[in-house]
Amino acid sequence: MTAIPETQKHVYSPAELRRARYLGITYIVLALFVLWFFAVGSVGEGDSTLKLVKPTDRFKNFPNLVLPAAIFSFVVAAVFASLGAVQLTRGFKRLGNVVLAIVLLLFVFSFLTWAAAGKSFSFVGMMQETVKRSIPIALGAMSGVLSERVAVINIAIEGQLLGGAFVAAVVGSAINPWVGVVAATLTGVVLGWVLAVMAIRYRVDQIIVGVVINLFVLGLTSFMTQRILNDNPQFNGSEVFKSIEIPLLADIPFFGAVLFKQNIFVYATFVLVAVLTYGLFNTKWGLRSRAVGEHPKAADTLGINVYGYRYLNTLLGGAIAGFGGAYFIQGSVGQFDENMTNGRGFIGLAAMIFGRWHPVGALSAALVFGFAESLSGKLSILQTPIPSEFLGMAPYIVTIIVVAGLVGKARPPAADGQPYIKE
Amino acid sequence: MELQLRGITKRFPGVLANDSVDLTARSGEILGLLGENGAGKTTLMNILYGLYTADEGQILLDGEERHFSGPGDAIAAGIGMVHQHFMLVPVFTVTENVVLGVEPTTLAGIMNMKEAGREVREISTRYGLEVDPDAVIENIPVGIQQRVEIIKVLFREAEFLVFDEPTAVLTPQEVEEFFGIIRGLRDAGKAIIFITHKLKEVLEISDRVAVLRRGKVVGETAPADTTQEALAEMMVGRPVDLVVDKGVAAAKDVVLKVEDLYVADDREHMTVNGVSFDVRAGEIVGVAGVQGNGQTELVEMLTGMRLPASGTMELSGEDVTHEHPRGIHSRGVAHIPEDRQRSGLVMNFTITENMVLDTYYSAPYSRGIIMDWDAAEAATTSLVEQFDVRTPSISIPASNLSGGNQQKVIVAREFSREVKLVVASQPTRGLDVGSIEYIHGRIVQARDDGAGILIVSTELDEVMALSDRLLVMFDGKIVAELDPKEVTNADVGLYMAGATP
Ligand SMILES: Nc1ncnc2c1ncn2[C@@H]1O[C@H](COP(=O)(O)OP(=O)(O)OP(=O)(O)O)[C@@H](O)[C@H]1O
Ligand SMILES: [Mg+2]
Repeated sequence: MTAIPETQKHVYSPAELRRARYLGITYIVLALFVLWFFAVGSVGEGDSTLKLVKPTDRFKNFPNLVLPAAIFSFVVAAVFASLGAVQLTRGFKRLGNVVLAIVLLLFVFSFLTWAAAGKSFSFVGMMQETVKRSIPIALGAMSGVLSERVAVINIAIEGQLLGGAFVAAVVGSAINPWVGVVAATLTGVVLGWVLAVMAIRYRVDQIIVGVVINLFVLGLTSFMTQRILNDNPQFNGSEVFKSIEIPLLADIPFFGAVLFKQNIFVYATFVLVAVLTYGLFNTKWGLRSRAVGEHPKAADTLGINVYGYRYLNTLLGGAIAGFGGAYFIQGSVGQFDENMTNGRGFIGLAAMIFGRWHPVGALSAALVFGFAESLSGKLSILQTPIPSEFLGMAPYIVTIIVVAGLVGKARPPAADGQPYIKE
Repeated sequence: MELQLRGITKRFPGVLANDSVDLTARSGEILGLLGENGAGKTTLMNILYGLYTADEGQILLDGEERHFSGPGDAIAAGIGMVHQHFMLVPVFTVTENVVLGVEPTTLAGIMNMKEAGREVREISTRYGLEVDPDAVIENIPVGIQQRVEIIKVLFREAEFLVFDEPTAVLTPQEVEEFFGIIRGLRDAGKAIIFITHKLKEVLEISDRVAVLRRGKVVGETAPADTTQEALAEMMVGRPVDLVVDKGVAAAKDVVLKVEDLYVADDREHMTVNGVSFDVRAGEIVGVAGVQGNGQTELVEMLTGMRLPASGTMELSGEDVTHEHPRGIHSRGVAHIPEDRQRSGLVMNFTITENMVLDTYYSAPYSRGIIMDWDAAEAATTSLVEQFDVRTPSISIPASNLSGGNQQKVIVAREFSREVKLVVASQPTRGLDVGSIEYIHGRIVQARDDGAGILIVSTELDEVMALSDRLLVMFDGKIVAELDPKEVTNADVGLYMAGATP
């Protein structure tokens, strides 16, 4: 074996070059966009004030972020233009994705200063909302990571969230909120079991099973809401869990309010992400699960029970999604509404892909989607000239842009979606 | 210790893969297992390893009957197997692959990767199996991947080691190293079963040879008592011509011309560094070289599967540098790819479907948008017969064929239409002597019918025997152009290693 000397010049593949050019042009277009709409649009509008603390915070006198709206956006436009020029001529090599992240962040800030020009608004409130809204997405994504790591595609996350939410509302109202959460989790497990049996034992197409489960849950919960819950409000009004302040950490300006004054679902999600990351990459269970998803035959020839791991992880994933369903009730409004999950399960799947089947990546992606949701919520208050229907579309547009490949190619587990047939 | 297979019979729908086979393996001995493609070697070993259950027969370990309901049981009984198609998880590291299934853990299933890495290193020094425990499988050459497979087996403390065609994917140097390794294992008291199609290797390494034909053991002998010719005849059931029989080439017009070609691999390393050559109608040009010197990328570029970074390629004077595979293909280029399962076949398509994979869109296999399956099946039936593909039916998936028969399907498909250029990468990898004889014959015949042939192979004997003109590739460049009649294998070997004789 002769190794190729490392000193050879770096050559781009055609696909890489295409993507680099695409990014460069995107940066230039964004520069023009920022210049035209945000910079020119906020000339003479004055400063934008982004509040970083809440009046109830311990250090409530912490300074606000005050940006001269027009100047800021002019600067951003200039930065974008030069980044675009560099991208088109030299490229950023390894830093490509970092630059992309910075560009997206600056774009958002430029947009915020434009929307808030001459006004002030609570940035901390928006970020707090971001974390809350990302929770069901993140839990859905974790559920997806668990099952897809063993090559079972779970489209039914949406249904598991919705079913979990329904059961959490009914049981939570009838018995108590904690039992409601447990019941929701079990509902997810049951739906996961249906998926697992169909996909693993009977080798039905996994996408079809998932879609059927979603339609079934949507139909059933809608029917029961109209027929039963609407006439029996005593079954649809669970207690909502209060926020818990983490001592000391909650006092940190800005971050305290965003991260450490949240309810139990938020903390549970963070713990779960940590546990799953450690578990997937440092334990026997994780190694075997990944092997089953990448090369089931290899796992089988080593005496690993391929079907067993597929069942186990699909059920665990169902549990997490069911738990995520309870968030809509005990973690949010306390009451079930028809189709209240409204596509969060699918966005969770997108977060999983965007996060490259890694729990931490999926959480980060969920936060991006949560941000898009909370942005559209907050902006309707700021009275921007953008119609609120458009703002409501923001999360989905972000999903499409992100999944359509701005982040480059992600590689799913090699056997993803393929049934395994033992000889 | 002694492992005995007694009266093993295994039937697949329409095939009697093993027909009451008796076989014995003993500690401190290398048993060579020979047999034509589809003779049932892999099936027999899969039964031994618990992957299949035998319909009849017994497995005895030191005289005691054992039942394996899965590989787990076989592993526990001390049986290890290096499969014909490697069973490694490409995105895992060496260590992760080795410990998978028997992970050393501390409490609560937490893996102790440090300990694992240490054990891997220990095995690798003890048996001379040099590897980097932290390298990721997909980034290392096949030769090293095989060492990982061996370490995997040793890590499980196997006493009986089965190697299914281990040398098919190795370069001559790697084969030498590999022989050193298994001799070491034998001397350490392991029992080894070694499957191969290369008679020379069997004679060199085994202590005992068993030959399988159509599911039956047709003979057992010792290397000292036999010859290549005798073994070949025992395997195939008729005398086999082991040397390529070809006349003088009559080279005509240039069909393929590449100039100053630079091609990068998936990791953006330039692996082809300024290659120029041409192939004329009516000649066979061989490209020899150690695996990983740019041949893979060169062939992918020539067949439209990879775009070059710079340089040009012409087919009969027409520039096709940026053509898609279909474009190249429809200009009369046949391609026998290096990795048959990845780029040669759709494994879960039937033989018929695979056979028309490149021609399905035109007559006679389709009219407008309607497929004519009768025509496809008729053509497949005749090709299967011509190329002696051993299969119970043409409507079973390609994955059910034995490795060598899969290769024959590809060769049959590629030679089934008018071609003016054949690009063949390892065309006879995994084939038995009888099939090699036939395919070499077809290649020579295609040449005499006026096609240009480019053979890229790491098998030095093969390129030396077939080529009219020999190019040697090293480090992405053509370092020598030789006349195979005037050089020795040893000289070419030196060029392949980057030296000049
Ligand atoms: N899973 C399967 N289903 C049906 N038939 C099979 C299956 N596996 C193997 N066969 C058939 O059994 C016979 C023996 O195959 P086997 O793979 O054991 O051959 P082999 O001796 O290893 O050949 P090769 O040298 O080509 O690898 C072949 O005819 C093959 O088509
Ligand atoms: Mg075989």
